[in-house]
Amino acid sequence: MIIAGIDCGARNTKTVILKNGRIIGKGKVRTGFDLENAMDAALDRGLASAGIAREDVRKIGVTGSGRNAMKTADCEVSDIAAMARAAHFFFPDSRTVADVGAEEGRAAKIDEKGNVVDFVVNEKCAAGAGTFVETMARALEVTVEEMGPLALESDTEIPMNAQCTVFAESEVVSLIHAKTDKRDISRAIHDAMVSRIVSMIRRVGVNEDVVMIGGVARNPGCVEFMKKALRVEHLFIPDEPEFGAAVGAALVTAEKM
Amino acid sequence: MDMAEEKDREFWRWTESNWKNPDMEWKDAGHVTVGIDVGSVSSQAVIMADGRILAYSNMRTRSDSANSARNAMDFALEAADMPEDRIGYCIGTGYGRVSVPFADRSITEVTCIARGAHFIYGPKVRTVLDVGGQDIKAIQCDEAGKVTNFLMNDKCAAGTGRGMEVFSDLMGVSITEVGDRSFEYEGEEPEAVSSICVVYAKSEAVGLLRKGWTTEQVLAAYCRAMAERIYSLVEKLGLNPEFAVTGGMAKNRGVMDRLMRLVKLDRMETEWDPQIAGAAGAALFAHALCRKGKGRKKRS
Repeated sequence: MIIAGIDCGARNTKTVILKNGRIIGKGKVRTGFDLENAMDAALDRGLASAGIAREDVRKIGVTGSGRNAMKTADCEVSDIAAMARAAHFFFPDSRTVADVGAEEGRAAKIDEKGNVVDFVVNEKCAAGAGTFVETMARALEVTVEEMGPLALESDTEIPMNAQCTVFAESEVVSLIHAKTDKRDISRAIHDAMVSRIVSMIRRVGVNEDVVMIGGVARNPGCVEFMKKALRVEHLFIPDEPEFGAAVGAALVTAEKM
Repeated sequence: MDMAEEKDREFWRWTESNWKNPDMEWKDAGHVTVGIDVGSVSSQAVIMADGRILAYSNMRTRSDSANSARNAMDFALEAADMPEDRIGYCIGTGYGRVSVPFADRSITEVTCIARGAHFIYGPKVRTVLDVGGQDIKAIQCDEAGKVTNFLMNDKCAAGTGRGMEVFSDLMGVSITEVGDRSFEYEGEEPEAVSSICVVYAKSEAVGLLRKGWTTEQVLAAYCRAMAERIYSLVEKLGLNPEFAVTGGMAKNRGVMDRLMRLVKLDRMETEWDPQIAGAAGAALFAHALCRKGKGRKKRS
């Protein structure tokens, strides 16, 4: 049985093709402003990578902030349910999961079956999401990919006063003017963002094992500083963590059949 | 105007100014005092002669608080055409108040804004809303301009002057024209943009423009969201008449007219620049101390 899961996020739309509980294809496109189009395109990419046709797919499950845009989907899955199921799928021992994307972040406490016990969401503020690092990377004139490794090279902690992305950007500009090392600025940026994410996770409780999905989990700086802030040895992250929610959407859809 | 030139314009930039009261001269004054308000975005210096405003300046804060205070002071002195050693007492206030090297002491901006609003709007004021560059304050005060209660949001740029600067830049509309242009749309007033966060409101605005909204409609939707955001704070504190607004945002009718529809009170009027309230309050406190015989610190 083949199920497609599509996660329409603020920045990227991701598709995962699941065959009898195994991932056989993935596809990713920029979301842009036409959400329906993005979901179609991501699905086509996923189908192409799996080497199958649209007719081969039994059901389509959708999640993410833009999930309403696909009228033909069979199942709408909440972001929380998708993330919980994905965490359980990749790491059955997980009890806390965080999903941090471009514009939203969420954390949940889950039980041994992957059911949600408690959750918190941040969808109002850019300070605890990927956009924060992206904006600061622009100010520092480095790519987003360079940000994490740069931060890890720093050995100096500089506290940032600002929480808000807008104010933090001015603060970063002041630090640049003061000739502060880019590595230290990058670390300060990561510390600021991580403290927002961690305070969100703490509200559901840090229960081992902690799983992280979403695009921000690709940032090695963020992962390293999160481990420190959460005081955990290990943060469990699947390969290509940005596909996590799409996997979860497919799994929930499969269960509902 | 070609595109390259258009791109280089700084839409957020507002005009710096200084002013002197033509009917007053420093030579006639008993006590001359100065209040300096170093905010995150703008800095003001108010020179008072015997408790009346003689001159003031309003400038942009640069990266360094001390220099910004110096610049504001020099610009006000220039307007007053007065030597600096004539100053009897000087008080710093605002976000950068501890970094005003020539101030004799500092007082928090909430205290100074209430006192200044009491002066520029008159003693009937009971609620002062200050919308500055990086925070929003709602202040209740008594008949003497003394603070009785206040609330402040300084964590988030939504509804602040800095947020408006970012937005005016994005829209390519000069910050001084945003207010008027936000009323130049056809038909019904658009709903407020749904995002509180300035970062998200930016992407939402771009989406609306792509959907075919006019610049004016988007400005209206954004000003309305800012008004709602500001209202949520003042509402928490409670609104006692008379109601006055200080800070740079007081000059943006796109936000203010929409805010007043929610507040359902009249907004007090003043002949003074509402941005100088903090510095005026500081100068008044300096005047009171001067009359008690306090003098300037010795300087080497």
